[in-house]
Amino acid sequence: MVALPDTDTQPKRGAEANAVRLAAARKSIDGSARRRRLQLLSPAMITIGIFGLFPLTITLIYSFLSPGVFGGVTWQFSTDAYVQFLFERDIFDDTLTFSNTYLSIYGRSIGLAFGATVGALLIGFPMAYFIASKPPEQRNLWLFLITLPFWTNLLIRTYAILLIIRDEGIINVSLEGLGIIDAPLGMLYTDGAIFLGLIYSYLPFMVLPLYASLEKLDFKLVEAAYDLYATRFQVLRHIIVPMAKPGIVAGCILVFIPGLGAYITPELLGGGKELMIGNLIALQFGGSRNWPFGSAAALILMVVVMLSLIVYVRYSGKENAHG
Amino acid sequence: MSENAYDTMILADGVTKTFGQGDTKVTALDDVSAAIRKNEFFTLLGPSGCGKTTLLRLIAGFELPTHGTILLDGQEIGHLPPYKRPVNTVFQNYALFPHMSVARNIGFGLEMQGRPKAEVDGAIDKMLALVQMEHLAGRRTDQLSGGQQQRVALARALAPHPKVLLLDEPLSALDLKLRKEMQIELKRLQSETGITFVFVTHDQEEALTMSDRIAVMAAGEILQVGSPREIYTQPARRFVADFIGDINILEAEMTADGAEVTLPGGIKMPAQLPDTLKGAAPTGRVSVAIRPEDMSFDPSGALRGTVANVVYFGVGSNVHVTLPTGEGLTVRCASDAPEIGAAVGIKLPAAAQVLAD
Repeated sequence: MVALPDTDTQPKRGAEANAVRLAAARKSIDGSARRRRLQLLSPAMITIGIFGLFPLTITLIYSFLSPGVFGGVTWQFSTDAYVQFLFERDIFDDTLTFSNTYLSIYGRSIGLAFGATVGALLIGFPMAYFIASKPPEQRNLWLFLITLPFWTNLLIRTYAILLIIRDEGIINVSLEGLGIIDAPLGMLYTDGAIFLGLIYSYLPFMVLPLYASLEKLDFKLVEAAYDLYATRFQVLRHIIVPMAKPGIVAGCILVFIPGLGAYITPELLGGGKELMIGNLIALQFGGSRNWPFGSAAALILMVVVMLSLIVYVRYSGKENAHG
Repeated sequence: MSENAYDTMILADGVTKTFGQGDTKVTALDDVSAAIRKNEFFTLLGPSGCGKTTLLRLIAGFELPTHGTILLDGQEIGHLPPYKRPVNTVFQNYALFPHMSVARNIGFGLEMQGRPKAEVDGAIDKMLALVQMEHLAGRRTDQLSGGQQQRVALARALAPHPKVLLLDEPLSALDLKLRKEMQIELKRLQSETGITFVFVTHDQEEALTMSDRIAVMAAGEILQVGSPREIYTQPARRFVADFIGDINILEAEMTADGAEVTLPGGIKMPAQLPDTLKGAAPTGRVSVAIRPEDMSFDPSGALRGTVANVVYFGVGSNVHVTLPTGEGLTVRCASDAPEIGAAVGIKLPAAAQVLAD
């Protein structure tokens, strides 16, 4: 690979000549290393290009076109999709009035995803701490149990929740049988049901990164804090949580982002009555046959997520610098 | 041992600690009693697994005793959690909080006690000055050298001004030169702060250098407590004699009156009994200990032998002598050592220390 340049026919003498030759060799090695690096990176770059950037570009282009009557798009530039997001067009005189219909769906989705993230953190943290405090040979078994639900299809698992919480489900039947309630609790097709489904679906994504950072926690630090008059709660707050912060951040991102775009959970447990962003987008490519609006909705979601991540990184970066 | 109650800082009474149950049950401490005085530098010395760290962890509160009581300054603390004991620990690998600056590490204890900020800041400054680290207050702890981390760990544990400072082999991670410096530093800190130090180590030289008193431990028991000089010159038990310094342990015969021992080869010398054996002098075969430096070469010496080997170590040599009975003996020789193979006479010390098993 390394092609050494031809040395002069009249070989130079002394250290100077050697230095020149060394520099030339180094330059040639540097060049070939750079080429090699590009070669090795190319599969990843091509994959990202084809499966990441290319579809994103299509989405971006579609969001600025007009909807086709039977789905798809007609090649005519239009910003209607973005206008529709914020305004309602009067059918008769084409005037625009501000409408928060879609904004409220985004707001609800963000609220639900945020709630599910906090819920998953509150449930997942003790789980991860429990596993990390087990002897090493037992930890793999617990991790296996945490990831076990992944072996079953999410759709099936969501149906299982539906069966448990529906009016004729095991919870309502048992409570009625015990005489605690007279009429079934209407748990299904509520925000609460979506919330439960989201926590259940994404809990492992919270537990695994939390475990990864708690497992590295030096228990001596916990002892040192106890020794220095920190109560259990103070140890948690001042030592364990700060040390687990990378895991908390990773877990929250891994739950919040897919939770925000969740489709199956709100579809089945919200009964289509309570829309989330995922359902709204799916609807545009299905029943509503408005591909440009679906594309715009997807892009707006992406921008919202990216902006919140950037804000978060800025904020947490500053905090670390002053820490 | 008669202890004035007002002078005792820590009193461990019949402390037993077992780990596990059934077949896997391990007794780390077996009915241990000890009194540690106020303002003293007390060392727990022993090989790994002797229970010294367990005893330290019981005093700190990381473990609870299976049996027995621990009194701190007259108050039972055996079942208090660590954060309710006025005792702080310097850990073997320091256990500094990596997400906090040096200053915040030092202030942590006072902060957790809910002291006002001005007091915490004042104590941090004082401690930084005490360990000569003022210029590094804002550093992260992972940017410090081993010796600097050691100082921060000390300052952090001393800042809340505990009644007792526990040190769990704190110098073992340092190189020899730094270790010597820190030994002096620790003694200085102890005398400046007036805090009782309980120091755990397996390094006998470290123990002899720094301690006011040493407790030698083995297999979950305290074998002997005494000043470094007592421990060195009058070891009571065979293990203590063997563990500390170079020593010759010879099998001897006790005379009937218990005043003399007969060494191999028939030489008689006065017996020195440890306190624990006084009043009940053993009879028959006993082990006696003689330090290599307590003997010297003398042509008129009572004990005769042949030089088997000479090991030079700078300030002197250890000369291994084979006795006519076949036993080996090490004699320290400050100046010119005899040749290998030479026949030598050995002058014995005034008395031989009799050891209990």
